[in-house]
Amino acid sequence: MSVLIDAITPVLGAEFRRDEGLHPSSIPSCIVSREKFAETAKAMKSVHALLAAEWASDETLFGRGFGIYACYRWGAEYLIIKTEAPFDDPTFPSLTKRFLPAYRFERQIHSLMGVTPAGHPDLRPWIKFEDWPEDAWPLRKSFDASKPMPRVFGEYKFVRAEGEGVYEIPVGPVHAGIIEPGHFRFQAVGEDILNLEERLGYVHKGIEKKFELLSWQEGSRLAGRVSGDTTVAHSLGYCMALETMTGCSVPERAQWLRALFLERERIANHLGDLGAICNDAAFAFMLYQMSRLREIMLRTNHKLFGHRFIMDRIIPGGVAADIDADGKELILKELKKLLKEFNKLVTIYDENSSLEDRVRDTGILIPDKAREICAVGIVARASGLNLDCRMQNPFPPYDRIELNVPVLISGDVHARAWVRVEEVRESIRIIRRILETLPSGEILTEAGIPAPDTSGFSAVEGWRGEIVYWLQAGPNSEINRCMVRDPSSVNWLGLEQAVLGNIVPDFPLCNKSFNQSYSGHDL
Amino acid sequence: MIRILKQIFRTGIVTEPLPTEIDSEITEVGTKLEDAIRKRFRRSLTIRQVDSGSCNGCELEIHAINNPIYNCERFGIHFTASPRFADMLLVTGPVTRNMEIALRRTYNSTPSPKLVVAVGDCGCSGGIFGESYASLGSIDKVIPVDVFIAGCPPTPAALLHGILRAVGNK
Ligand code: SF4
Repeated sequence: MSVLIDAITPVLGAEFRRDEGLHPSSIPSCIVSREKFAETAKAMKSVHALLAAEWASDETLFGRGFGIYACYRWGAEYLIIKTEAPFDDPTFPSLTKRFLPAYRFERQIHSLMGVTPAGHPDLRPWIKFEDWPEDAWPLRKSFDASKPMPRVFGEYKFVRAEGEGVYEIPVGPVHAGIIEPGHFRFQAVGEDILNLEERLGYVHKGIEKKFELLSWQEGSRLAGRVSGDTTVAHSLGYCMALETMTGCSVPERAQWLRALFLERERIANHLGDLGAICNDAAFAFMLYQMSRLREIMLRTNHKLFGHRFIMDRIIPGGVAADIDADGKELILKELKKLLKEFNKLVTIYDENSSLEDRVRDTGILIPDKAREICAVGIVARASGLNLDCRMQNPFPPYDRIELNVPVLISGDVHARAWVRVEEVRESIRIIRRILETLPSGEILTEAGIPAPDTSGFSAVEGWRGEIVYWLQAGPNSEINRCMVRDPSSVNWLGLEQAVLGNIVPDFPLCNKSFNQSYSGHDL
Repeated sequence: MIRILKQIFRTGIVTEPLPTEIDSEITEVGTKLEDAIRKRFRRSLTIRQVDSGSCNGCELEIHAINNPIYNCERFGIHFTASPRFADMLLVTGPVTRNMEIALRRTYNSTPSPKLVVAVGDCGCSGGIFGESYASLGSIDKVIPVDVFIAGCPPTPAALLHGILRAVGNK
């Protein structure tokens, strides 16, 4: 029984049409008329589904117009609902009224694909900057992506607040630290933040368009560079989507090694984040200690797998690095030391009252808001949402390892830090289990090439949260579209909510506790 | 507090000499370079890092040279928040169209003699992103570059070596 399909059946009645293009049909998918597109959203809302992603695809090469897709999630279930818009009438009904994250998804569709969400409250460009020619829609097939675009005059209209004592603080794009660029516009009274508006898109490299120029094999390298800190999870997401299209069954050993890489990436990033969060609360001690532990892990990665971040080691059909008995030994020894030291540091974190003062009750994202923005990953789990693809859409070995997913409800900086603490411990446990029971055998098989006009979907739990990939093969079996949805695409909305009412000096701390990707968002 | 102090003493100093292959090169030019930093930059080289479009991989390794194991401060290298205090810009790329103006402004705000170091395969050549409607490619397409550090991302040791090379050049 599927909750999602049951919910839309009464809305669609006889109109219900399964989309056979999604192969294999592990994720149900259906096509509806434009009129019904918003109605199905209403039905989804009524069963408390979340909107995982919304995107458009230029399907003119198939002799169709634009395909607009909305992907909903309810627990472990996903459902993709597609509608079509003819080329000469590129509009579709907006879902923003029902689902908040559609607000940015649709601005992005409008800016980059030139398809208009009718009824959307705010169609300022997103990722596209005001100095792009208005009719530059890079995701359209007719767009020549190889040429630089001329700059035109234009101005981005920020939301304004007025009144006595209200002032504005613009920050970025070049920030004070060693971090990615983005712009934040604060309206404040005294020290209190009245409103924060994010303005992202500075690191837009044209990644989604670039995919269309690459072979399926090369695609995994590009996916590994969507967000460098999540290179393992992104290449895994891409490969899994591709493998569902070709029906490739990845050798068991390769799947376990993929999980090993994924967990190592999670630990390394969480260690870095915990140090950085404490550092932003003026507790530099923790930054140095945590970055030392992180460095130990990266060196082991380099030694065993040939890359500090295990980049390019997950490839279509399997993995490109194996582990032997000595390697296992090395990891087990490393983890033993790591866990011992980590636990000592966590005690120090826990007992430090001046730190507690900064991290507790700061930057609260209440569970209702988290649900409203359809938050994912660490941010969701710190705000009461029990979401983890490793548990809900497990691939081996996660289907065999029972997983403790930490969920907190306070939604503050501390909760987001503490979810990480628990996850580091859990990942260490998982890695031990993987190494104990790693099956033997091949690590790579032929991935194959997808058939024309098929599509594939995957959802992988990276260290930030759920990463969604959707691939579509063109008429000549080339990549027609690669949709990437990094967790940051939704979680950035959470930061805007969480900082309200906080003081401006706490912003860096709140931001660190979210630590969302700019590159993964801007693409 | 006692726990903190204990942990500090237990950890001791973890800073390492650089890996041998790089270390030997450094010993070769080592004293000369330290001299250069001492004379030219009055014992301290101040760096402003600019991400002009990277995937964040390069930034992670730049962070790493600040960790206690690589400890770049021992060479008198430290990172600053403002380009106006900087002797060197450490730029990762590819330069996106949306960052081009910000990068030029940062460059113009940096006082002479400004050293520019391009970091990563993307910074050196545009990397996998290449040149397109959204990406201008390598850093030197936009501002003059003194030294290139290849790698995807370059290791912390390669970064340190490249930075020291840039100082030696001028
Ligand atoms: S060189 Fe590699 S790590 Fe650095 S920005 Fe480019 S893709 Fe990312």
